[in-house]
Amino acid sequence: MASLFPSKTKVMVGEATCGLATGAGLVHAALAKEIKKQKLDIILSKTGCIGMCYREPLVDVIEPNRPRLTYSRLTPKNVPAFLNQIQEGNHKSKKPYCRIDEDSFIGNGETKRYFSGALPDDLGEVSLMSEIDFYEKQVRIATRNCGYLDPDNIDEYIARGGYFSLHKAFSSMQPEEIIEEVIKAGLRGRGGGGFLTGYKWQSCRRAHGEVKYVICNGDEGDPGAYMDRSIMEGDPHSVIEGMIIGAYAIGAHEGYIYVRDEYPFAVNSLSLAISQARECGLLGENILDSGFSFDIQIGKGAGAFVCGESTALMASLEGRAGEPRAKYIHTVEHGLWDRPTNLNNVETWANVPVIVGRGSEWFSEIGIENNAGTKVFSLVGNIRNVGLIEVPMGITLQEIIYDIGGGIPKGKQFKAVQTGGPSGGCIPKDMLDLSVSYDELSKAGSMMGSGGMIVMDETSCMVDVARYFLGFLESESCGKCVPCREGVRRMRQILDDICAGRGREGDVELLESMSEAIIDGSLCALGGSAPNPVLSTIKSFRDEYDAHIRDKKCPAGVCKELA
Amino acid sequence: MNEVSISEDAVKTIVERYHGEKSALISILQDVQKEYAFLSKDALNLLSQEMEIPLSKVYEVSTFYNSFSLVPRGRHVIAVCAGTACHVKGGPKLRSRLEEELNIECGETTEDRMFTLEEVRCLGCCSLAPVVKVDSDIYAYLEEDKIPGILKTYREERRQSGEN
Repeated sequence: MASLFPSKTKVMVGEATCGLATGAGLVHAALAKEIKKQKLDIILSKTGCIGMCYREPLVDVIEPNRPRLTYSRLTPKNVPAFLNQIQEGNHKSKKPYCRIDEDSFIGNGETKRYFSGALPDDLGEVSLMSEIDFYEKQVRIATRNCGYLDPDNIDEYIARGGYFSLHKAFSSMQPEEIIEEVIKAGLRGRGGGGFLTGYKWQSCRRAHGEVKYVICNGDEGDPGAYMDRSIMEGDPHSVIEGMIIGAYAIGAHEGYIYVRDEYPFAVNSLSLAISQARECGLLGENILDSGFSFDIQIGKGAGAFVCGESTALMASLEGRAGEPRAKYIHTVEHGLWDRPTNLNNVETWANVPVIVGRGSEWFSEIGIENNAGTKVFSLVGNIRNVGLIEVPMGITLQEIIYDIGGGIPKGKQFKAVQTGGPSGGCIPKDMLDLSVSYDELSKAGSMMGSGGMIVMDETSCMVDVARYFLGFLESESCGKCVPCREGVRRMRQILDDICAGRGREGDVELLESMSEAIIDGSLCALGGSAPNPVLSTIKSFRDEYDAHIRDKKCPAGVCKELA
Repeated sequence: MNEVSISEDAVKTIVERYHGEKSALISILQDVQKEYAFLSKDALNLLSQEMEIPLSKVYEVSTFYNSFSLVPRGRHVIAVCAGTACHVKGGPKLRSRLEEELNIECGETTEDRMFTLEEVRCLGCCSLAPVVKVDSDIYAYLEEDKIPGILKTYREERRQSGEN
């Protein structure tokens, strides 16, 4: 607790991948150098991503008995003046972007104020973070600690209520009770499948076999989605705690976290967290004297989108090429090395400690019927407030894009929002009042997916977007099922032709009938949903296809040959 | 970078690191590639013998995953992000400009083995789109016209370090 609410000034730099890419590392180094040079009595620390990517790099300052202040877009050059202003207690060189008065630990429901008494006079003009548009409608459960603690420091995780749920589970709950709680909470798979997590656990618990595994799917492959990276980098212990609770409920003693090759910082952060958890007796033999043993290993991907599919991921963990297999034999019965295996995604695991800690009733009140809780989305593309948001299920797209996202920049018009990754679809303007849930998004011809939300304005050509996704899926198809391997390629070629002005009447109908064949003839979800981007754009933007084919024009001016 | 001859001992050490576990093949291939910048025919042969896995299987795995390269790569690997956000925000323009400046196609290596140009599926920095990564440096909100300057810094770095 002392490091979260320090008795002297503490400066925290947001150092997740996106912070680092905008120079957070250089800012940290400049701060360290200057603090040393001036012999300042300041604690310098780091934290994960709080989601305000549009304001990176972010630096937070916590001073005794004052609200926590967030400063945005700091550069190494600003650093000396910035430190001076902290010493002098003014806002001469940099104004705070927002303030946090009270830290709430969602894991156990406690709150703690940063200061007592009235708000200091100089901060009257500074908005509360929870009241700025970007945050007002957010509810942060899975990302509860990202941006609030140093991911490399297990003490800070514990101080924010971490590992209390594990203790609660071990000391006062039977495995079946935990599963019952997770079922009652209504938690559905956040990787996009939307299967009820508790039922999956139950099937795996009931499956025959001595040896069982739990896996965390950190192969966040959907382009445009990065919430899992943010959680793995910014709050690795929440995933580990969730996995230990899950393993205990299922009766598994070995766990794997499969992380994609493109996320080196996530691997570092998880590795360190695992070794700290081992040192504290939270992983390994006889955890917390409960008699239960469990340990976690990290498996690294090697750049294959299809490995996000559960059976392909397990093949990859076994050291083989990541080809999916038919799933009429469930992985909860025959998974990794043919043994009962329970796989959940990063965000799902991160929700588990909160459900156990606060109870299913509390959790299921958030969100809407059959879609309990929150979902993290990466709100990116042509939108003003780009970033990572966590919102209750049932919020409308309108609210996300205009209230949280601040609308479309540069006076441009909104055209579509793409959700669900390459397997998803494009949702047009007249469907903006759609409430965001697994069921509604599927009905709209898209899907929840892992949570990428890519906003497109009038400068995006929807035929080109469809072609882009097919190009992606063509090269990521593992090649096992012919309709996917050959069909997606043929569809991409037709779209290439349309974009190059060689489109012919009947092409759209041909694309539609090929889509049907690919959907029916593919084993896994990659092929089964590959035509979605094409079908959803044909449905909502048929006029753009027609303009390309009949008038040889690209209305958005993207397709070079038709410009 | 010249063709590096594979040292049998080095490969053995890497295999031993994973106690010869067949399931560690992907991690072992990653470590070998880290050491030699690519997976040569000799390396694959050695691994097959050491791990007692048929060469065809080793080959299958090393060609299945995108992050493995069976041809030598350049000193610097430039990865253009081809994620959706980058695509929408002008990633393809960055790619064409890089191809033009380096006079190679995506997937190729310059004649002087200085740069390899690749496309990466998504770097997960979608908020900073469009993004290009050179080695481990990420360039956020990249504009086309900044590309020649960036390439120059990597070329000069080499000259300054006095290597040839």
